Amino acid sequence: MKKCFISLAGLQRWLNVLIDTQKHLYAPVNKGAKVDFGRVASADEIVFDHIQTTQSAKSVAFPRTDVLFSYEKEKGKVQLENADLTAYPETVVFGLHPCDAAGFNPLGAIFNWDYKDELYNARMERTVVITLACTKADEYCFCTSVNGGPGNTVGSDIQLTPVKDGFLAEILTEKGEALVKADEAAFEADRGDVKEKYLVKLPEKFDIKTVQEKLQTAFESPIWKAQSQRCIGCGACAYVCPTCACFDIQEDAHGTKGKRLRCWDSCGFALFTLHTSGHNPRQTQAQRWRQRLLHKFSYMPDRLSVRGCTGCGRCSRACPVDMNIAEHLRSI
Amino acid sequence: MDNLQHIEENGISTSPNPHIPKSPNLYLPYLMTVEKVTQEAPGVKTFRLKFQDEEAAEQFSFRAGQFGEYSAFGDGESTFCIASSPTRKGYIECTFREAGKVTSSLARLEEGDTMGFRGPFGNTFPIDQWKGKNLLFIAGGIALPPMRCVIWNALDTRENFKDVSILYGAKSVADLVYKHELKEWEDRPDVKLVTTVDPGGETPDWKGEVGFVPSVLEKMNPSSENTVAIVCGPPVMIKFTFPVLEKLGFKPENIYTTLENRMKCGVGKCGRCNVGKLYVCKDGPVFTGAELQALPPEY
Repeated sequence: MKKCFISLAGLQRWLNVLIDTQKHLYAPVNKGAKVDFGRVASADEIVFDHIQTTQSAKSVAFPRTDVLFSYEKEKGKVQLENADLTAYPETVVFGLHPCDAAGFNPLGAIFNWDYKDELYNARMERTVVITLACTKADEYCFCTSVNGGPGNTVGSDIQLTPVKDGFLAEILTEKGEALVKADEAAFEADRGDVKEKYLVKLPEKFDIKTVQEKLQTAFESPIWKAQSQRCIGCGACAYVCPTCACFDIQEDAHGTKGKRLRCWDSCGFALFTLHTSGHNPRQTQAQRWRQRLLHKFSYMPDRLSVRGCTGCGRCSRACPVDMNIAEHLRSI
Repeated sequence: MDNLQHIEENGISTSPNPHIPKSPNLYLPYLMTVEKVTQEAPGVKTFRLKFQDEEAAEQFSFRAGQFGEYSAFGDGESTFCIASSPTRKGYIECTFREAGKVTSSLARLEEGDTMGFRGPFGNTFPIDQWKGKNLLFIAGGIALPPMRCVIWNALDTRENFKDVSILYGAKSVADLVYKHELKEWEDRPDVKLVTTVDPGGETPDWKGEVGFVPSVLEKMNPSSENTVAIVCGPPVMIKFTFPVLEKLGFKPENIYTTLENRMKCGVGKCGRCNVGKLYVCKDGPVFTGAELQALPPEY
């Protein structure tokens, strides 16, 4: 790992060089009253002082809607056109926080635990992740309770920490090094900044080991009903989550032509598991809330050796009925 | 390895890795030609499908119990078992009831038309472990298709098994599927076939039993000695058949069934078919009674 210093002006110059070399740069930008990821045409559009973007950065590798293939029908015959994995753009995602970068780990596990999902992998291979370590947090953040932290480098190719007059840059991977080479002069010698001094202090809200142990025997617990009574099943939590990977496969048909699409879905929806016969293994919102928590904190750790939560707090911020996942986990 | 050797002896190809399609895209189906359409019962059809790509046809192999995702281009995919036996080469068959958007669209296809198939997915009936045993097949309604695959697999390698008994029930005589094959099984001296229809579902010339599967099973009184029971049917039939089997002395580990949860991907990613931490698409669809007992009641 190499450490450097980079000024804000140097950073913006470097990012503009990356844009000039045809890379798709995604970064936090102002969208109305929100800060969210968007493709930027110039580095001065980028917002630095947000606590959390509304959406996670997962869509760079797992788009909200992705074309699996196209088809054309003619007199009972069908022609298929495969998704062109080589056409996926070279992408730089900038300014995501460590909790989002850590989310690529569970996503990668789901898409590769047995069958390899080459659509996800091809996008990920073409993506470089530049995180911004956290110097502030809000009451929803709980990364330190799920083995993360404001300066956690898991999933990052480069991590920047805001320090006096600029950023401490940690170049963590070969992909990161290659990106630095685009404008090496923008990077200055390390000034010896102590990263920890600048990071936000975030006390743990619960002991994750205890929570996960308790969940092993909690399937029949009354907590699921109690916790989910106000849940309206809107699925917002899944759409903003950096690790939720559940998807639907849908058809976008126009006459004899069409596309098969993969779209984000949510285990919170009643239709998610509904059989054609009308039978539904997860009929109630309590069962669906249980699935959400057990999947993230029990099934995934058991089957994939990763947890489906990085403590970003988005689900709690987005919830229209104020369900707070950290509080619910603590109460288990 | 033992597993594979047995399968080779059973006459089933062991060509390497039938699971990974040639395309790196897991979601790209094989194109299949509907070679033959059989109307089995009102709203129930069987399709015989042939791979349009010769290389894919040659490389394809599967084992009894596995399933696939069947495409009607323009309407989507549906999940059914492969209803033909792996011992019958050159084609696969699926049997489905017209129920939703995709199955209605599939049902409109005619012989010669093109549809899609992804698979084979999921685990298999451990037919190689059943050598030297009696086999008792119990099926209800539209759940005969997943069992037909393993029945024909067993009958095509008949010398490997002792007694083979089949109990099949449907709502009415008209709802019985594979009528011509039922006749074939009935006529075979090495198969004991009992068919039944629900009370009120019989016709004047019906010669089979009248009654629900669990009670007919009790009347059949099969021996559990050296016998495996394979049960496929609607949840209510399974619920009342398991206790009868236990009463007859069947141990849960000698009872096999299949679970059929809603699926989209078939490959353990889309997140909807799990029962507790097990995925029906990967850890199933075949489960033993003992495995079901260990699962949370979420299917």
